[in-house]
Amino acid sequence: MTLEPADRVDAVPPSGIRRFFELAEEMDDIISLGVGEPDFSAPWAAREAAITSLERGQTSYTANKGKRELRERISRFESAQHDLDYDPDEEMVVTAGASEGLDLAFRALLNPGDKLAVAQPCYVSYVPGATFASVDVVDVPTRVEDEFKLTREVLEQSGAAEADALVYCYPNNPTGATMTGDELREVAAFCREHDLAVFADEIYADLTYEHDHTSIATLPGMRERTIVFNGFSKAFAMTGFRLGYAMGPEDAITAMNRIHQYTMLSAPTTAQHAAIEALDSCLDEVQEMTAQYDRRRNYVLSRFEDMGISCFPASGAFYAFPECPWDDADEFAEALLQEEKVAVVPGTAFGEGGDGHLRVSYATGLDDLKTAMNRIESFIS
Amino acid sequence: MSSPREILDLLEENARYTTEDLAHMTEFTESEVEDIVTELEEAGVITGYQAVVNWDALKTDGERVRATVELNVALDRETNYGDIADRIAKFPEVTSLRLVSGDYDFDLTVEGDSMREVSHFISDKIAPIPEITQTVTHYIMESYKEQGMEFDDHDDDDRLSVSP
Repeated sequence: MTLEPADRVDAVPPSGIRRFFELAEEMDDIISLGVGEPDFSAPWAAREAAITSLERGQTSYTANKGKRELRERISRFESAQHDLDYDPDEEMVVTAGASEGLDLAFRALLNPGDKLAVAQPCYVSYVPGATFASVDVVDVPTRVEDEFKLTREVLEQSGAAEADALVYCYPNNPTGATMTGDELREVAAFCREHDLAVFADEIYADLTYEHDHTSIATLPGMRERTIVFNGFSKAFAMTGFRLGYAMGPEDAITAMNRIHQYTMLSAPTTAQHAAIEALDSCLDEVQEMTAQYDRRRNYVLSRFEDMGISCFPASGAFYAFPECPWDDADEFAEALLQEEKVAVVPGTAFGEGGDGHLRVSYATGLDDLKTAMNRIESFIS
Repeated sequence: MSSPREILDLLEENARYTTEDLAHMTEFTESEVEDIVTELEEAGVITGYQAVVNWDALKTDGERVRATVELNVALDRETNYGDIADRIAKFPEVTSLRLVSGDYDFDLTVEGDSMREVSHFISDKIAPIPEITQTVTHYIMESYKEQGMEFDDHDDDDRLSVSP
């Protein structure tokens, strides 16, 4: 045989972001509002712990599920912060980013031909991840008139009742939408009625501005059918450490760990040391970073309002999701990049429901944000 | 809910934010921001606005010299720390003055155009003050961080310009 891509790889088109990435990389002096990661460096104490672990020569594999010390800290953190109680020994696996956790769940808990309902617009990896697991995707496009929340109506209309599992991300990338406990109850009831498992990507759980985050796993009858994913990339600004975790019922985690132990073996050891320190001593920094995102969010929303551009009032993550002033968001984003050197990402890159919108990341310093918003204003006027 | 404290945080971060910028970032209107800033100024909470300058980065022939000076003083019944501080703080060469605990009493920062100018200032103006019993001068050779800002903090943005 020749080294041709397998069918399931061929079936995945290049990322919608890729083209803008390539365009932006060719240009100098752009201000990028297209980034999906914090502009802050990881808290110094976490970095210091990573350095110290290296100095001590702690460079070997850890337990497949991650260092027990870290799993205990995660367990305490999730209990205190999100009211989630998981046994660090049996109900948790530490992964190389939340993305690995999702990939494990798709492959370990779904069979080829099963159906995965994907709430969209969404993080760009869900649909390709499902394809790599030979799982069929049911698009569940959320609507701006529903504030990009999942509702019983959109679940029913999209045919999610026929699916085996539902994956979503709240607070959401790319819209910044969040869901309250009451709103999640409706989704939980639907999933129980139609026997759907839930993959709840809660990577932005600690970046909320209007109300505290609620996990669907805390609702009655949901813990046993939910896997919760979280990690250190967003709230702790530790994207490059590649460290996440998945929590769920023992059997499900055991199945996920079976793939993890043969593919990843264990999450990066240095990162695990940094994460222990992050949970021990960096929560104040998380609060400070969140306060700064909140100020930037207010700034961006207010500027779009002044420009007369309707912008969805994001209440979580670090993205604004304004309506595109042009009919074609791809064309607008490309022209804005070429003419004003401001990078934003068209909503279409994030799947159904993103059409007609732009993702504007405010994980960028206020000075640059101000310059970028001035350029957008001058571009559209 | 926005508060005057939020305005202070923002101005401390960057004193060049305009009233309009501050209004965009908070829940206040522009006129509310103006009122709050005026009140904070009048109450002496905001005492001034300054740039944080990295003099070393100024590529000119001129030299800017700074020194921190430790001062020990002897008090008597008629003179307290505040009296001495009032006298020293009046000199424009003195850019900061603090009463500190430990081995010495006052910590001051002095600026001048040359080491000679700073030395003469200490020996001619400060040391002769009757209550001062000792001065120890440390010339600042390099500044890495001022007022919370690192001058070279290697924080160039090397993230992917567009990412998921």
